Amino acid sequence: MSLHTKTIEELHELLVNKELTVVELVEATFDYMETVEQAVGAFISIDKENALAAAKLVDERGVDPENVLDGIPVAVKDNIVTMDQKTTAASKMLEDFVSVYDATVVEKLKEAGMIIVGKANLDEFAMGGTTETSKLQTTKNPWDTSRVPGGSSGGSAAAVAAGMVPASLGTDTGGSIRQPAAYTNLVGLKPTYGTVSRYGAIAFASSLDQVGPLTRTVKDNAILLNTLSGKDLKDDTSAGLEIDFTGAIGEDIAGLKVGMPKEFFDEEVVDEDVLTVVKEAVKQLEALEAEIVEVSLPHLKYGVPAYYAIASAEASSNLQRFDGVRYGYSHQEANTLEELYVKSRSEGFGPEVKRRIVLGGIALGIDHYDELYGQATKVRTIIRNEFEKALEEVDVLVGPSTTSIAPEMGQKDADDPVDAYRGDILTVPVNLAGIPSLSIPAGFSEGLPVGMQLIGNYFEEATLYKVGHAYEQATDHHKQYPTLEGGANE
Amino acid sequence: MNFETVIGLEVHVELKTNSKMFSPSPAGFGAEPNSNTNAIDWAYPGVLPTPNEKGIELAIKAALALNCEINQETKFDRKNYIYPDNPKAYQITQDKQPIGKNGFIEIDVDGEKKKIRIERVHLEEDAGKNIHGDDGYSYVDLNRQGTALLEIVSEADMRSPEEAYAYLETLKQMIQFTRVSDVKMEEGSMRADANISLRPYGQEEFGVKTELKNLNSFNNVRRGLIYEQGRQERLLLAGEEALQETRRYDDSNRQTTLMRVKEGQDDYRHFPEPDIFPFTISDEKISELRAELPEMPVERRKRYVEELEIPAYDAEVLTDTVEMSDFFDQTVEHGADPKLASNWLMGEVSGYLNSEQVNIEETTLTPKALAEMIGLIEDETISSKIAKRVFTELTKEQVDDVQALVEEKGWVQLSDPEQLLPIIREILDNNEQSVEDFKNGKDRAKGFLVGQVMKETRGQANPGVVNKLLNQELNKR
Repeated sequence: MSLHTKTIEELHELLVNKELTVVELVEATFDYMETVEQAVGAFISIDKENALAAAKLVDERGVDPENVLDGIPVAVKDNIVTMDQKTTAASKMLEDFVSVYDATVVEKLKEAGMIIVGKANLDEFAMGGTTETSKLQTTKNPWDTSRVPGGSSGGSAAAVAAGMVPASLGTDTGGSIRQPAAYTNLVGLKPTYGTVSRYGAIAFASSLDQVGPLTRTVKDNAILLNTLSGKDLKDDTSAGLEIDFTGAIGEDIAGLKVGMPKEFFDEEVVDEDVLTVVKEAVKQLEALEAEIVEVSLPHLKYGVPAYYAIASAEASSNLQRFDGVRYGYSHQEANTLEELYVKSRSEGFGPEVKRRIVLGGIALGIDHYDELYGQATKVRTIIRNEFEKALEEVDVLVGPSTTSIAPEMGQKDADDPVDAYRGDILTVPVNLAGIPSLSIPAGFSEGLPVGMQLIGNYFEEATLYKVGHAYEQATDHHKQYPTLEGGANE
Repeated sequence: MNFETVIGLEVHVELKTNSKMFSPSPAGFGAEPNSNTNAIDWAYPGVLPTPNEKGIELAIKAALALNCEINQETKFDRKNYIYPDNPKAYQITQDKQPIGKNGFIEIDVDGEKKKIRIERVHLEEDAGKNIHGDDGYSYVDLNRQGTALLEIVSEADMRSPEEAYAYLETLKQMIQFTRVSDVKMEEGSMRADANISLRPYGQEEFGVKTELKNLNSFNNVRRGLIYEQGRQERLLLAGEEALQETRRYDDSNRQTTLMRVKEGQDDYRHFPEPDIFPFTISDEKISELRAELPEMPVERRKRYVEELEIPAYDAEVLTDTVEMSDFFDQTVEHGADPKLASNWLMGEVSGYLNSEQVNIEETTLTPKALAEMIGLIEDETISSKIAKRVFTELTKEQVDDVQALVEEKGWVQLSDPEQLLPIIREILDNNEQSVEDFKNGKDRAKGFLVGQVMKETRGQANPGVVNKLLNQELNKR
């Protein structure tokens, strides 16, 4: 039985019908991992022992037929803390760090009976869009191993795309779930800010970070979000809304208003081949009787500079705690406190992280606060207002998730970081506004996946899932799988 | 040239919350190092702060007591600096929108009243403590890390070290009366830093200020300011300029020493705390907390003197702490004569509290019991001497019926002449020499006879009645 292309729902059926035990499923997961992980490099660490122990417990008590997630393997991005295994944030700074507590989302996965099989690679402290800034592991795109999987949740995306797990958790600060999902033909959600607890997700930019699911199908994604979401008393910014995110799945989308922001379809910004695929996808929505209207978000272009000022400012503060004193990398030969701080941080952080700490420090400093951080927060308000206004007129906004298909490894190097940052133009505005965005497989260009973003109003993930599911039912992009050396062909 | 002294004070008080301001760790004084800490206090990766509602309420209450306006739209900010006692490398505080602003308190120096304005009152978290060991290592205790702290910043309205002292005394008392803090300098629940500068009389512009640290008692604040006043005056008279310095007060030689010279403004890269949403303080919340505010010490003293006819000195002593003042008020409410209640509280009760090192609310004594006891003294059911024994009983366990206790113990005073006369007559019969001495004008003999009666009655005889009866009987002989 080939398990590596199955969805959560399909695996659940097999488990409930006793065609498969959880232990068998988890063993098959690790067996398959052995054949493809070498080529993909999705994981920083795997945890067979705890995974099998947890699987055995589920088998012993019996899989709950009402709980679709019971006994399902899952990968967790390695900036989400776990007590059972290391949490590194892909940094030398935390190379051997084991958390003293589980993140709230990890507790929720465990309570739901999910089996955490490993910790997925990422850009160091989630800073990057290719997973190449990881200090501990190189992850390749399963669709073409000469290409990057995207980032920063590149390992989470590659693990699912390569068929090692049916779902994973990522974090999205400026596109870090949606962009890798688009590059690897997955469904990835950046939830409304506050939907999912951030407690235990190592903070990059606190006002922008959200944890979210990556899956093969829209329904799987909604099922997982139902488990992840909810009020967490440990996170003041978490919302207490009781929403069934699968609630609107299956409803038709006739008459639904879909807005195409013209800035998302700008040929100066987005590669033509990507635009062609996404426009085709929009036509499919039209064929499903959605009403397509053009809208404009004129300040979108200021999103990237505003994002990098705010995200770096918050990061510079959040990452100051890594000082070599209480945990993490510590320079061993320091003679003074200051030397301990300086050397531990200089040696523990990689160049991209340092760049953002410095940038953030400047943005918050007395001399530049008003023109950098202050100005960025004003732009943020303007962008938020523009989205709110557009979403008064339409139900969802649609556009490409990325400006290109997955680039070659080593292409987006550190020589021109500003150019690399520009590529985030389609994803960061959503984080600035705090609204949800779902990236779904929209087709292929040069045999590589292209993703389409569906952007909705605050806490309207259910609407995004409804549209995504309707589109998914009408197409078969999500049923395409990469061919991997050692992997099974479908 | 003569100079005018300009002083402003920054006071920190620890708020009496059960848990810390942004983490569920217990807040308290005196625990084993690092025993009251959790992953949040240690700033482990991924942890988040959650604000303590009680801390916010106590801060609002204090701000109201200090006559502040409340910033109803408020938020927390981060103040970034790296130091071992500050594990997150930022302190959560309030920068642009403090909970309270534009307040004032009134001080009294030698009968001269003066308003001192309060610029701002804001909520923040305390840092841990660095302990420098004898072994060459420094240690960090994070028990205090994250406890709720209120910073009260005065305007530079004080013009002498004495005014600064009076400000601190008044502030401490007002905060103590609201019960939001223990305000004990010796335990660190109240701390003060002072800014002082000098300027020629008539000049509006402030001089260059010095910040004084390590002022760990009110007296040290006064002494440090007096020293600094002299130092700056000498500098200015010598034609030198004062530098913007932070100086440390050393109590052993009562001098200040330079810690560092400030060049320009410190840059703490303040920005809004993204982990805690801005919040609104409702009108209802403010009214509710305002209604809970007690009558302040100044008003109480006035009432004690004017309505209860207590001497001004007594009123001062009784309003030293809210516990004592509340106890006095309640004792009077239970019907005790105010002056007698005051005498007892300032005398026997205070003596007991001092010897036991407790505050009155921590004892078994209740206002009702004290009032009853005073009533029994007044109606001569017990003597003042016996009352001291009763009081000892009241401090052993809570007594709800003092009358019953006195009866049970057999401490009711003997005032009935029918009972006392036979005893007195017998004593006179047995002490003829003393009777004769008395007749010969030796007053001391009478004292001896009274003593004999008291001895015979085991101290229970009413001395007044005994005296009267004894006089009668002696006259008959």
